[in-house]
Amino acid sequence: MHVVVVTKSTPDTAAKVTVDASGKPTWTEAMVINPWDEYAVTEAVLLKEVHKGQATILTVGTEEHSEALKQGLAIGLDQAARVWDDALVGADSLLYAKAVAAAIQKVGNADLVIFGKEFADLGSDVHVYQVARKLGYAVLGSVSKILEIDFAGKTIKVERMLEQGKQIVTSKLPAVIAVLKDINEPKYPSFIGIRKAAKAEIPVWSLADLGLDAGTRQTQVSAYTNPPKIEGEVEIIEGASAAEKAAKLADKLIEAKVI
Amino acid sequence: MANVFVWAEHFNGKLVQASREALGLGSTLGDVTALVFGKGMDEVVKEAFAYGAKRVIKADDATLADFRAEPYTALLSKVVKDNNPDFVLAAATVRGREVMGGASADLDAGILSDVTDLKVEGGKLVATRAVYSGKVISTEAYIGSGPQFATIRNRAFKALAPDTSRSGEVSSVAPVLSEDQIATKQVSFEESVGQVNLSDAAIIVSGGRGVGGPDGFKPVRELAAVLGGAVGASRATVDAGWIPYAHQVGQTGKVVSPDLYIACGISGAIQHQAGMRTSKTIVAINKDGEAPIFKLARYGVVHDLFEFLPELTKAFKERLGK
Ligand SMILES: Cc1cc2nc3c(=O)[nH]c(=O)nc-3n(C[C@H](O)[C@H](O)[C@H](O)COP(=O)(O)OP(=O)(O)OC[C@H]3O[C@@H](n4cnc5c(N)ncnc54)[C@H](O)[C@@H]3O)c2cc1C
Ligand SMILES: Nc1ncnc2c1ncn2[C@@H]1O[C@H](COP(=O)(O)O)[C@@H](O)[C@H]1O
Repeated sequence: MHVVVVTKSTPDTAAKVTVDASGKPTWTEAMVINPWDEYAVTEAVLLKEVHKGQATILTVGTEEHSEALKQGLAIGLDQAARVWDDALVGADSLLYAKAVAAAIQKVGNADLVIFGKEFADLGSDVHVYQVARKLGYAVLGSVSKILEIDFAGKTIKVERMLEQGKQIVTSKLPAVIAVLKDINEPKYPSFIGIRKAAKAEIPVWSLADLGLDAGTRQTQVSAYTNPPKIEGEVEIIEGASAAEKAAKLADKLIEAKVI
Repeated sequence: MANVFVWAEHFNGKLVQASREALGLGSTLGDVTALVFGKGMDEVVKEAFAYGAKRVIKADDATLADFRAEPYTALLSKVVKDNNPDFVLAAATVRGREVMGGASADLDAGILSDVTDLKVEGGKLVATRAVYSGKVISTEAYIGSGPQFATIRNRAFKALAPDTSRSGEVSSVAPVLSEDQIATKQVSFEESVGQVNLSDAAIIVSGGRGVGGPDGFKPVRELAAVLGGAVGASRATVDAGWIPYAHQVGQTGKVVSPDLYIACGISGAIQHQAGMRTSKTIVAINKDGEAPIFKLARYGVVHDLFEFLPELTKAFKERLGK
């Protein structure tokens, strides 16, 4: 069994993020492992416990993303690698996905690639499906449960949450899955895990190491802006009783054609 | 006129609402060809015309009966490659993300994903989307060449009023993969019955820790029922096991943008806001007048929800003649 988790560091979801004068999103709080990846890492550790295999954690990004890798190691994954190259600055999702796919191939022998549902900072998950196609693996997004997995027989059975209900699907391995918060209770690192992770040597691979070139970009971010302030102040509905307030609110919503 | 392809997603023989919105958006950008993949697609084809398609390319085959990413993606890639449209659009649903992301990779095309606004400038797509949990807006542009892919956020664009008198040319294509080339199989589908799909809902009534327990969702459900809305929830209530995860709104749940969002007993933590701040009108009901949710709300009621919600349900029943 070899499971690969792909991660990155993101600002804590409670961080106050604003666009500064130079047009860059900024925050002062420390970065954390992408919150969705806590479930991905935990699922890999749970699989390791049962199937006695190996798990690798990868990132494509600058030095600050090593923190997410170390978190994964501290929780119990075996090895980590980071891809970085100056040619990746401002990468679009396609180039990013090519780098991830090439890194997974370099690590080799992956049976299952696990992503968290999305990257909480960019709100993006398109790389998940792009990576799967670049690897030629089946992809199952929105996975809420692994029902069965047989590494020797190379099959997996999962439950997926689609908009209209639950889909139970089987797939051959290797496969790529993206997991939801439903899948497990996240594990947190132990003190010993943190000490071990701090000492880990994490290799850094360039695009050349992966046999890739930056190629041409298809999309680019042209600007970040702060969202418009929510219009006007809240109007507090006053009244002597619940019934009176309810009548006023209902009238206002109907009058404003909200209902 | 730009040549716009829209991958038309359907469920139980009907277009999903978000796909109708994609057809509506496509019609504002050019002439729309709907791509209808499935088994027994006559009704879906009719609907695609009614919602704005000028042309339909259809693949009707047993391998496409249940949605599976591989056969759908392989076919979308082939149809786009063979026809070289200007734009390829679809809803940013679970299925839409898989198929569109996959096909963009097959064709080495770029993709603007989960966009809330989309324009064409000098022949290239320019989109805005929410990043950092809605705390920042990102403007992203297509700069490459070849077909330009984009997936659109539910309810961010308007569907056209359906016109069943419309029709057009239908051409057929064969699937790319045969059954034994497909790694995945659907075992079963358990439809969530009696619930309005959160992502499509025009009205959402959500309960937070203030509802106190599983039974506390009763007045929330009753209000939602009178308004024809869906029931949402904060993570605190989901983690407590009071309501299934499918109802969770927020950073680690669903991102919704209904016309009306009524938050009952929800404090308005930043992670909850991430899922609902783009709602058109927000109403907050909370017994603590200092709760952060009031900073987002258009209307606020400082009151105990157990006393207030039944009165509000009653007031709407009277006014809406139910
Ligand atoms: C990584 C991460 C991801 C997260 N993702 C999400 C997410 O997706 N969605 C989400 O919602 N949260 C999320 N959270 C959790 C979030 O931070 C809050 O803890 C959560 O939203 C709080 O839920 P709540 O508002 O229901 O509860 P509370 O914050 O406890 O608020 C309850 C409110 O109810 C009011 N109240 C109590 N009784 C009554 C009554 N009888 N009548 C009226 N009002 C009453 C109280 O005044 C209070 O304001 C996430 C947190 C983290 C760290
Ligand atoms: N989902 C993604 N799609 C496209 N590029 C990404 C994605 N995630 C990370 N990147 C890129 O990876 C690099 C590291 O990310 P960051 O340090 O967060 O800027 C940057 O070049 C990002 O643009």
